[in-house]
Amino acid sequence: MNYHWNWHIFLEPNPMGTGTYLDMLLSGLWLTIGTGLAAWIIALVLGSIVGVLRTLPSRAASWIGFAYVEFFRNMPLLVQLFLWFFVLPELLPRTWGLWLKQLPHAPFYTAAIGIGLFMSARVAEQLRAGIGSLPRGQKMAATALGLNTVQTYAYVLLPMAFRIILPPLTSEFINTIKNTAVAITIGLLELTGEARSMQEFSFQVFEAFTAATVMYLLLNLVIVTAMRLIERAVAIPGYISGK
Amino acid sequence: MKRSYLFGLALAAAFGASQAGAEELTGTLKNIKDTGAITLGFRDSSIPFSYLDDNQKPVGFAMDICYKVVDAVKKELKLDKLEVKLNPVTSSTRIPLLANGTIDLECGSTTNNAERQKQVTFTNTHFLTASRYVSKKSSNINSIDDLKGKTVVSTAGTTNIKQLTEANVARNLGANIIPAKDHAEAFLMVETDRAAAFVMDDILLASLVAGSKDPSIYVISKDAFSKPEPYGIMLRKDDPAFKKVVDAATAAVYTSGEGQKLYDQWFMAKIPPKGLNLNTPIGPELKAEFAKPSDSPDPDSYKPAM
Repeated sequence: MNYHWNWHIFLEPNPMGTGTYLDMLLSGLWLTIGTGLAAWIIALVLGSIVGVLRTLPSRAASWIGFAYVEFFRNMPLLVQLFLWFFVLPELLPRTWGLWLKQLPHAPFYTAAIGIGLFMSARVAEQLRAGIGSLPRGQKMAATALGLNTVQTYAYVLLPMAFRIILPPLTSEFINTIKNTAVAITIGLLELTGEARSMQEFSFQVFEAFTAATVMYLLLNLVIVTAMRLIERAVAIPGYISGK
Repeated sequence: MKRSYLFGLALAAAFGASQAGAEELTGTLKNIKDTGAITLGFRDSSIPFSYLDDNQKPVGFAMDICYKVVDAVKKELKLDKLEVKLNPVTSSTRIPLLANGTIDLECGSTTNNAERQKQVTFTNTHFLTASRYVSKKSSNINSIDDLKGKTVVSTAGTTNIKQLTEANVARNLGANIIPAKDHAEAFLMVETDRAAAFVMDDILLASLVAGSKDPSIYVISKDAFSKPEPYGIMLRKDDPAFKKVVDAATAAVYTSGEGQKLYDQWFMAKIPPKGLNLNTPIGPELKAEFAKPSDSPDPDSYKPAM
């Protein structure tokens, strides 16, 4: 291997004039965190709504939930982002399309919403499975107590279902963070994007991607630890994940 | 004690043997002789330097030059037969593949600059290009100053986006600079009005415009963000024997007038697959460089002949 390792490269000034190469990667890391968190909030909120829809007794509601989930999870994320960013503005009336195109930080918003929608389909499926795994007697007991559907979900089903699906939700959260890397395709310079531009400028490709790998690893370790703490905090003694 | 002594002897013998063998040929040349093959790295869409034609075969100006180098290597090593392997590379894979020995030459449109010389080396310059921008004629952007407050796109990680960023500060343009993943996508941003202009090497802009749906609606600027910068064929660093052969071969092509002939074939005539004609006459700086080949990364060293 004829490669010139240079681990000091991170402390050298980057050609964009924004500090060192490390600063460049860190700015990408912040963007990854920002996009990931925004997408995760969207995924959690929409996913919960759709997941509940799929378990409601109403035929129409469960059909809407089904259509939503299949639409968003059956298309590659890359294709979805491309559609939202390049195709959607062309389909809208011209003035709206132009407004959309000229929004500042368009790649960030498109990525956060696009990844959020994609992940919400997965969260919805998790939640449906979680609700489905509860004994049927719980729902019946709630009805017998005189609770209506909203109350049944709010006080009986969801608190248990969310506890059950916390471990798989951790994986989905991590997936959301990793999926932000796809956003370079619409020009969002997150961590992977910055690592790529660092290697184009300096030609130190292995150093750039090693640093990006370490940053992703640390970020996801923080998430896993935080989710474990949440799991422990909300665990109910004597029940599945409780002690 | 005895064991370590024997081990040391064996090590010395092995070392000595490899040294003796290395005296004749070293590095890439030795490898080519041993395997009877040379591997060229090509780009899939660097028109007209290195790209795939309609038979999925890599062709282009840089490819033709590389084939001349292959002939020279064959002659140098006195081989009857030299197999040419082709390996696709992208801007992210070209360095690792060159470093680990998968490819021996990168034939494309890689800018030769001082920063990159720390990692790789380049043979004689085969093209000079300046940073310009393309915009729609309808948006009436006639000079760099007209970019004030506009959204301008460039490809992430290129020298062009760096020059654009510098000009934005130096000239107080206040332009909103967005990075794109690759050239095709950056051009798409101009095509769909997401950006008013795309800053890139002028020759790449010319090929993007020529290949677009309606080339007549675009205009490439007269104003440039930079002096003409050199493109070179990339090779491994610290392999002077191989570089000498490659330098001699490319110099022979350029000075013999063959370089000019190849230039006209790829830049002044119809090229496959769609019969585009880039219509880009050779610049005075490149003409002077062909007469006196140079592998300098410094744009200032390329001057038109007097």
